[in-house]
Amino acid sequence: MNEQNIKGKSRRKAARALVSCFPLTIPVMAGYIFLGVTYGLLMRTAGFPFWLPTLTAAVIYTGSMEFLMVEILASSFHPLSAMATAFMVGARHLFYGLAMLQKYGNTGWKKFYLIYTTSDETFAVNYGADVPEGVDRRWFYFWVSLLDQMYWVGGATLGAFFGRFLTFDMEGLDFVMTAMFIVILLAQWEKDGTRLEGCLRDHVPEITGLGASFLCRLLFGPDDFLIPSMVLILALLLIFRKPIAMRREEVQR
Amino acid sequence: MSTGQMTITFALVAAATAATRFLPYVLFPEGRKVPAVVMYLGKVLGPAVFGMLVVYCLRNVDMASPSHGIPELIACLVTVALYVWKRNMVLPMAGGTLCYMILLHTVF
Repeated sequence: MNEQNIKGKSRRKAARALVSCFPLTIPVMAGYIFLGVTYGLLMRTAGFPFWLPTLTAAVIYTGSMEFLMVEILASSFHPLSAMATAFMVGARHLFYGLAMLQKYGNTGWKKFYLIYTTSDETFAVNYGADVPEGVDRRWFYFWVSLLDQMYWVGGATLGAFFGRFLTFDMEGLDFVMTAMFIVILLAQWEKDGTRLEGCLRDHVPEITGLGASFLCRLLFGPDDFLIPSMVLILALLLIFRKPIAMRREEVQR
Repeated sequence: MSTGQMTITFALVAAATAATRFLPYVLFPEGRKVPAVVMYLGKVLGPAVFGMLVVYCLRNVDMASPSHGIPELIACLVTVALYVWKRNMVLPMAGGTLCYMILLHTVF
């Protein structure tokens, strides 16, 4: 009886976390299914077997790298350069990992899965979410990660099987990703202080992120600017560590 | 590429991608004291990275293209305006995306 009670309790805990996090994953669903279908379709058009999009989507699970895989697998055998490319494309995960060290701490068996499914969008939702009171944060993070991965793998599978039957025009739906990052950036901006006086000094990290990437995009072009941006952002944040940290302490007081 | 070569390529790419995800947690396992500079980076990298991701999403906007990036600009402004107005996460995403799709299909 007692054991059943505990089981029922933990099941309710999991269910409550699922219900509370699902709405936050809806934009990811729209974006991932759209991009996933595109990916599955592209793989099939390039002549690969129907199960490959599903497998790569589930195992690599990094959209930009998977799109590159279509070209890499279709060209000649350069395993090390493929590996180096994957590391560079995935380098932003290092950033996410550092930012999530605390939040993903003490999550037990779920931790391995949470780390393995780190993605731009899952990081965005889990980093930005205020887990409501009474909701288990471990289950919350877990469901967000699982739902997002299901959307992506599901989209890729759909695209592999049915992509060629798509007739309606979905052009522009991928803007949902851009909109999501804008909204999270704005929410982050609010968290770092809303006063107008000294507003620029309160938001050095946000402005550094925007400005440094924009500069690098102009200098290096759309395909090669991500790594220089990350190096520049890291350098600036380290150089100005003292004033930034002092200002943040002031604001939080 | 032969099937064997494809398998090797796939395995290496998957391993390198997983390495980028696990590396921070391997370097700073739970229980070990995280250096102050890493704690600081963990706090400030979040906001900075979202700025970077916004730029990343808009990286292919070309001012010299026929639309001059105007639909993207309008959709971004609509997203920001809806957020500032309603302080809600989902509405600006839906509104901004809808606005962008309508602009692409009708005006541009």
